[in-house]
Amino acid sequence: MKYNSVFDIIGPVMVGPSSSHTAGAARIGKAARNLFGRQPAWAKIHLYESFAKTYRGHGTDFALVGGLLGMETDDPQISKALELAKDKGLEVEFIEDSASADHPNTVRMIIGDDSEQQELMGISIGGGKVEITELNGFELRLSGNHPAILIMHNDRFGAIASVTKILAKHELNIGHMEVNRKDVGKEALMVIEVDQNVEDAILQELQAADHITSIAKIVS
Amino acid sequence: MFRTVAELIEKAEKENIPISEVMIRQEMDVKEKTREEVFSEMEKNLVVMEKAIEDALKGVQSVTGLTGGDAVKVQKYMKEKTPLSGNLMMDAVSKAMGTNEVNAAMGIICATPTAGSAGCVPGTLFAVKEQLNPTREEMIRYLFTSGAFGFVVANNAFISGAAGGCQAEVGSAGAMASAAIVEMAGGTPKQSSHAFAITLKNMLGLVCDPVAGLVEVPCVKRNAAGSSLAIVSADLALAGVESRIPCDEVIGAMYRIGKQMPSSLRETGEGGLADTPTGRLLKEKIFGVSV
Repeated sequence: MKYNSVFDIIGPVMVGPSSSHTAGAARIGKAARNLFGRQPAWAKIHLYESFAKTYRGHGTDFALVGGLLGMETDDPQISKALELAKDKGLEVEFIEDSASADHPNTVRMIIGDDSEQQELMGISIGGGKVEITELNGFELRLSGNHPAILIMHNDRFGAIASVTKILAKHELNIGHMEVNRKDVGKEALMVIEVDQNVEDAILQELQAADHITSIAKIVS
Repeated sequence: MFRTVAELIEKAEKENIPISEVMIRQEMDVKEKTREEVFSEMEKNLVVMEKAIEDALKGVQSVTGLTGGDAVKVQKYMKEKTPLSGNLMMDAVSKAMGTNEVNAAMGIICATPTAGSAGCVPGTLFAVKEQLNPTREEMIRYLFTSGAFGFVVANNAFISGAAGGCQAEVGSAGAMASAAIVEMAGGTPKQSSHAFAITLKNMLGLVCDPVAGLVEVPCVKRNAAGSSLAIVSADLALAGVESRIPCDEVIGAMYRIGKQMPSSLRETGEGGLADTPTGRLLKEKIFGVSV
């Protein structure tokens, strides 16, 4: 089931005017920032379908940028996010993409700085709820219902075992897990939804495990 | 977890508890939280709703100037004249529209289930409250009952205008409010489901056609429609009137209708009222572009 809490329906508390186009957009922006691990220096934001047609009226543009700056859905500063981005050295470009998308509220965010680049696809499914459907070319299905860890690794035997061993040692239960790779022996992505938030010390331990290249966590 | 309204009603009847209690217990179970935690989280939402109505009744204006001030107009009318549809009805309508005026003005609101439809649940709650004199706990329960029905809609159909049109937003919100009014007024879980079904049936087919793509015209006044219909349906159900089509089947119909709606009528600001001469003119004025 897509929605598992009453607070998905009665909530979120948010700055208007649209739960899907404003609050949901802020959440996708925030998820992109969390996965990147810091504020990016630039962002190219492709908007599709209803997002592309109505983003100005709904404040989707500043909500996405507000999220990239780390704002929550109820942050009154969201309406000033575009100016704040300039002050904070985040360069933003919006592209109204005419390509069709599977979901009417779809955004592709390519963000980066001097050292790294990240591409993420998110959809806003209603009432402020979002899903991340693609990360750096990997398809995934991240609901945000639970805390999650995303682990980029090299596709080698033992990589998954070394991760699950660490989680087991710390008594962290895995609720959902998927593994995706670009090709045999190449870059791969593990997405692990857990029941409780993962402490930074455990993340550091995971980071040091064999074949792991990078790690990000999502707090639900 | 309950998946359908039928399962929700069955749980309530079997354990002889109100719908709000089924929702509270499920939330405690799924999130591994105590009753106090779940209640206090919902109370925070209630406080946001209360504050939004308070702000609305002082008068707000959106940046575009398209909406704002109507909630105040209605309150003034209620004081000076005798509204034909009654004071409670107009109070609900005024508070529902007011909440959406605050939303359009980029104020802080609580989405129920969405921002565009955020007026129906609190608008009816803070109007019905004047007659039923509920305790604070009963007011919080009102939100759990609304949420329980919205939960079923969200998981079986949709709650966003972009996915299913305004029937999915104001239709769901008004129907959720109907069910909650029934519980607060002492009706049975089954009566709540009939009230929900009656409201949603009368919202079927409603398109999402916001002028200039803004959550203003017609959204604010559609919350007047959603909240007033919620009270009418609740009264019908409390009088013993039943929906011939069961609640879950009405939700199914809403889903299929939404699937058949063209994208021009699903929150793209391209069809319906957005595509009237005045709608196009307003868009041009606001964004300074020809359409």
